[in-house]
Amino acid sequence: MDWQGQKRAEILMQILLLVSGIAAFAIGYIMGSFQMMLLIYAGGVVLTALVTVPNWPFFNRHPLKWLEPSEADRHPKPQVSTTAGPKKKASKNK
Amino acid sequence: MFSLWQRVNALATFSILLLAALSCAASFLDAFNSPSVRAHAEVIKVNRFRKQLTGNDEVSLTLNISMDLQSLFTWNTKQVFVFLTAEYETSKNSVNQISLWDHIVPDKDNANFRVRVPTKYPLIDQGNNLRGKKIDLVLHWHVMPKTGRMIRDKMALSEFYLPDAYT
Repeated sequence: MDWQGQKRAEILMQILLLVSGIAAFAIGYIMGSFQMMLLIYAGGVVLTALVTVPNWPFFNRHPLKWLEPSEADRHPKPQVSTTAGPKKKASKNK
Repeated sequence: MFSLWQRVNALATFSILLLAALSCAASFLDAFNSPSVRAHAEVIKVNRFRKQLTGNDEVSLTLNISMDLQSLFTWNTKQVFVFLTAEYETSKNSVNQISLWDHIVPDKDNANFRVRVPTKYPLIDQGNNLRGKKIDLVLHWHVMPKTGRMIRDKMALSEFYLPDAYT
């Protein structure tokens, strides 16, 4: 799952759960049945799990683009300076 | 949200939090239910009125009880426990409260009824003060919700005088 997909999964999970909770409460209250509320909410939780927990393809539409190795060679990583202050060296040796 | 188990964890946490919120909301709505209980109880017969060997008065009665508890039931009510007490005052105790009969009402369909019953539990005084005593019959009910706080209430139904002599 890529970065955009993770964000999308989290938002989708919260929206789906909130909607199923509100719908369950409303329907349960209108029907006067606490059990119906729990059943609808449980159904909503299962549906949300099916949508957001597996790594579906639509969570992987924005793959990270890494640099080519040749590009990395042309811009080498800056070397750690060997002329650092004596205090730092002392602390490193400890 | 990077791994499957982290998503399962987030889902479980948030869904249980919401479930708690739904339960609180259901319990909160119960506060807007203003029930009107109608009930009636009267003593038909004094079956036994004697002094026990220990010196305490003991009374057994037959009661006619009718009640309509349907307005107590909301969608968040599991059951209603209802009991009838005899309440009177003696020189030893300013309040005597003795349960004579109780009943569990499981649902709204069974909440309107009329029964003629002997007392389930005998009325036993601490002492022998019951001859000619005025007794109040009080109906108590405990509404047990599916979620939330138990609601208790009571209502005085009627009063009667015990006979002046033992049977």
